[in-house]
Amino acid sequence: MGIIFNLAMQSLRSRRFTSALTMASIALSVTLLVGIEHVRSGVRESFAGTIRGVDLIVGARGGSLQVLLSTVFGIGASSTGVSMETFERWSAHPAVGWTIPYALGDSHRGYRVIGTTAEFYERYRYREDGRVSFAQGAASAADDEVVLGAEVAERLGYTMGSPIVVTHGLQGGGISDHEGNPFHVVGVLARTFTPIDRAIYVTLGGIEAMHEDFAAMPMATPPPAIGTPPAMPGYEPPPGTPSMPGAEPPPAMPGYEPPAGTPTMPGAEPPASTPPQSDAATGEAGHEGHDHAPEQISAFFVGTKNRFEALQLQREMNTDFTEPLTAIIPGVALGELWQNISSAEVGLRIVALFAVAIGLTGMLVALYSSLDARRREMAILRAVGAGPRTIVSLLVLESALLAFVGCVIGVVVVYALLVFGQGAIEARSGVHLAIRALGATEWKYLALVLGAGTLVGFVPAIKAYRTSLTDGLSPRA
Amino acid sequence: MNTHAAAPAVALQQVRFAYRAGQDVVNIDNLTIGRGETVFLHGPSGSGKTTLLGLLAGVLQANAGAVRILGENLTPLASGARDAFRAQHLGYVFQQFNLIPYLSVRDNILLPVRLDAERRAKLKGVDPIAAADALAAELDIAGAIHSPVTELSVGQQQRVAVARALIGAPEVVICDEPTSALDSDRRQRFLELLFASCHKAGATLVFVSHDLSLQSLFSRTVSLPDINTASAVSAPEN
Repeated sequence: MGIIFNLAMQSLRSRRFTSALTMASIALSVTLLVGIEHVRSGVRESFAGTIRGVDLIVGARGGSLQVLLSTVFGIGASSTGVSMETFERWSAHPAVGWTIPYALGDSHRGYRVIGTTAEFYERYRYREDGRVSFAQGAASAADDEVVLGAEVAERLGYTMGSPIVVTHGLQGGGISDHEGNPFHVVGVLARTFTPIDRAIYVTLGGIEAMHEDFAAMPMATPPPAIGTPPAMPGYEPPPGTPSMPGAEPPPAMPGYEPPAGTPTMPGAEPPASTPPQSDAATGEAGHEGHDHAPEQISAFFVGTKNRFEALQLQREMNTDFTEPLTAIIPGVALGELWQNISSAEVGLRIVALFAVAIGLTGMLVALYSSLDARRREMAILRAVGAGPRTIVSLLVLESALLAFVGCVIGVVVVYALLVFGQGAIEARSGVHLAIRALGATEWKYLALVLGAGTLVGFVPAIKAYRTSLTDGLSPRA
Repeated sequence: MNTHAAAPAVALQQVRFAYRAGQDVVNIDNLTIGRGETVFLHGPSGSGKTTLLGLLAGVLQANAGAVRILGENLTPLASGARDAFRAQHLGYVFQQFNLIPYLSVRDNILLPVRLDAERRAKLKGVDPIAAADALAAELDIAGAIHSPVTELSVGQQQRVAVARALIGAPEVVICDEPTSALDSDRRQRFLELLFASCHKAGATLVFVSHDLSLQSLFSRTVSLPDINTASAVSAPEN
């Protein structure tokens, strides 16, 4: 077999130009196939790894997709929020280990401003066990301090101490810049390659500070006073009661169940009947302390004490009537979302497989058309005692070698493109394509190309075999 | 292969062959060639020369009769066994275009011993490359041993083909008009080298040509039309 391998190699080398073209066409199709798979799995990975370590994401009642998109991907916003009371009530739930509030604020030059707490930097995870870490500075403590995602800092050219002005709405531009509320940068996050990089983080009080201008506006939801203990489900505070710390009804007891038969209707909620004078109180507090928070947050993240309780907790939240909520399990929701958008990848794969078929057809044409010129060669091999099997294996080996080298070159090209294109892809699409070993699917594709390439070799080989039988030692060529 | 040392190199008995049923191209009652003979086999075009050589080499299978080479009857053998027999015991020189273009001169000579382990064993421990080089020296092509075959003259190419036919000491060497592409001076020189090498190797030579001027150099002349009584003596390939 060694001699046949040598013959195949030298025969291919003698037809270097055709061989190189054939290998190039196979290599290109392999590049496409493996490259698409690499990109697909890279996108999927960075997609699935967008959020980790969070067991539940809780937002106002709505579609789970909406909750996921608005919190994790920063796309769209939920129409309503979650009241602070509800947030605090669930934070105190015995199954809950920790919570991270997520208050979507205004935007700054097209980047979302998010109000949260230090828990966010502590608890939020992405990819395998990526922690949110600071490239510079630290978490914002005061309400006029902001932390920038890596991309925000880079694109806007902000550094530590840069002053920031926030606008209303998500559109960039400065029609209604809050000139009166300058923030400044106290921290820049390390790059995560997730939507975290494209957001600006402030304290909950910071979000509130932005909203102060709106406080008097009629549409603003009457804010409950800070420190108001979470309302017990079903508990109706007497109208007009000012919320005074220390003079409150007891906070919701862990495991407390509202008496059956007294479901609270949405819309008949305690805050609705809160007298407007608390507005002023909150506004005042906002200027003094750091611990004042908005009356509403957009959503919150939950980490359970025991992950097995996440499902139970999710059901509890989704069926709670005090404030209608949608609690989603991030992994499940991400999976559903991926299902929706992954049909495009099937199309890509089909295109890539066709490219492979074209590459292999090119090889078939090249090998087949060389056969006539090689009849003499076959006769010589027959004369020195090579059987038809030897001739078949020579030609099959040639096409297998072409396919093999094509595969190797294709894979090398993929990695070369990754090495040189990684940065550009990241900058353009925010997708971080890891340079990783070939995955099972990629090996499967390579095996497929190699197998198909070898099978294709049988076509000219069998033709040559037949010819060599009829030619014997006297080819007419 | 149970070849017999005492058996003649070639023995044909009642051999019939047809490419198409009913149209015999070869019909030879008897042809025997002894060991060490140099036989000049001649006949006009279409007298079945190439077909006969195909039968002797075991590439073609007789429809009837016995084609015995070194005592082994090739007729009943399967094609794989005939290929193996050819690899082991025969050398073959074509009219022209004898060489594989992408191999060097030396690799062309080495082809039989590289393809077949039994043929290699017949070198009796001599290094194949040394054997190839020795043959090349004998045939006066030592200087071209590393050249690409495309740079050789036709005469040199034919000598390389002889070296390849002789490596590993095959008992029978078949030449199919190897001199037809050579001019008369070179033809003479080529034949001298061929005879010397065959003699040295102890090989039986079956030499086909229609050029009767060569026959005096051989130990025996066989006229194919005399022994081939086939009706349709016009092989399709001629």
